[in-house]
Amino acid sequence: MYSNEHKEYLKKRKKRKFLIILTQLLILIIFIVGWELLAKYEIINTFISSSPSKIISTIISLYKQGNLFKHIWITIYETLISFGLGTLIGIVIATILWWNNFIYKVVDPYLTVINSLPKVALGPIIIIFFGANMNSIIIMALLISVIVTIITVYNGFNETDQNKINLLKSFKASKWQIYKMVILPSSYPTIISSLKINISMSLIGIIMGEFLVSKEGIGYLIMYGSQVFNLNLVMSGIIILMLVSIIMYKVVSYIEKILIKHD
Amino acid sequence: MMNTSKNSNNILVIENLTKIYHSKDGETLAIKDLNLNIKEGEFVAIVGPSGCGKSTLLSILCNLENKSAGNIAFPKKDLKLGYMLQEDTLFPWLTILDNSLLGLKVQKKLTKENEDKVIKLLEDYGLKDFIKKYPKNLSGGMRQRVALIRTLATDPDILLLDEAFSALDYQTRLAVSDDVWKIIKKEGKTTIMITHDIAEALTMADRVIVLTSRPSKVKKIYDIEMDDKTTPINNRKCKDFNKYYDMIWKDIDIHV
Repeated sequence: MYSNEHKEYLKKRKKRKFLIILTQLLILIIFIVGWELLAKYEIINTFISSSPSKIISTIISLYKQGNLFKHIWITIYETLISFGLGTLIGIVIATILWWNNFIYKVVDPYLTVINSLPKVALGPIIIIFFGANMNSIIIMALLISVIVTIITVYNGFNETDQNKINLLKSFKASKWQIYKMVILPSSYPTIISSLKINISMSLIGIIMGEFLVSKEGIGYLIMYGSQVFNLNLVMSGIIILMLVSIIMYKVVSYIEKILIKHD
Repeated sequence: MMNTSKNSNNILVIENLTKIYHSKDGETLAIKDLNLNIKEGEFVAIVGPSGCGKSTLLSILCNLENKSAGNIAFPKKDLKLGYMLQEDTLFPWLTILDNSLLGLKVQKKLTKENEDKVIKLLEDYGLKDFIKKYPKNLSGGMRQRVALIRTLATDPDILLLDEAFSALDYQTRLAVSDDVWKIIKKEGKTTIMITHDIAEALTMADRVIVLTSRPSKVKKIYDIEMDDKTTPINNRKCKDFNKYYDMIWKDIDIHV
């Protein structure tokens, strides 16, 4: 059995956690209710600020038209493809750079330049090259995520404990064995954290791409809403996007938990 | 040829070994004309001032680095070397068993028979209950024992210990070095140990080799003969302990 002091400590801890969650919820509720009340008593102009109730009815009517899940699905689909490709290509290129230091030294300044360039600037060129379609959107997002992945994963590879590599070398391991048995598994945490960055990066890229070219997707909803000055639609799009990004982030965090089980 | 016939017991002969490090700012002579013979079954400790190139010597023996000049010969046969480093370097993502089997796996010699042998080693040296556990569940001393078993698993002819106990705290260090010494003696392995700890060297080894500061070569060799020599921890109480300690201390000649 625990001592009274320990019980007291546990109680305090629990109380503190409860207070934090309560405060967080209160802020959200005050924000939503305040927004709704300000809109209801016409203190703010709902034409430009919309209101929670109007957002909900917009989402419901989107659902009734059968469009809601189509738009959500398109955006998720594009994001997952660019996320998957970005991660895969990023890891493969990082591997090549780790394998051959000469190539890394040659490519390094180019990577830095491409990384610092805001990829949105390439939007018009991508559209001209690949057409105003989904391909352009995915390539746009891919460009944003792949460079970051290469740099993060490569750094992860390079931070591998030299002692562990030496140990394998003392067993006369081949370079492939060193890669497979030390470099890759010890970079797991880095790769996983780059997945987390990647999923957000991909979503940013996809929305950006949808702003520029698309005829469907959440980015399109927001863009279309702003063009016809339907702020209810714009706000609904943002809310949906928020939910989608939280869910995708949570899924990646869950995968992280499964993959890194020994820590 | 003459050398090998004269000392037929040698299993490792190092002649005129030289190592130069190159960098953009110039070159550093780390080892110059180092000569050393190792006899089968003996435990040799190499001490020297810090930065004298002790670890470089082991790295060259293990083929982790290339020598610049000189000759390393194995008069009897091509020997297998087992390397044990300062940090235990157990892989946190592998179980104790998988860690112990790592060397065999790399060398593609992972047979049922070899695996049973490793399991037997783990059981013999008090790790039976930890076979399926991960390294984080083990104490520093136990991890060091696993690292030794991982090295022994590949059945090396010579064990190379590179500051193998330096990462441990003092108490654990004494216990673990005693432990490791017993295992090595029981398995009958020829051992070369690099250490900066004079007491550790002269209580564990049959011979202590003192290197000069950079560029390093052999300064002096001591055959450690104590009347009441037993295990490393007990050897610290021997009456000859202080005599050897003082001599080696003077040889290393540290000026602060």
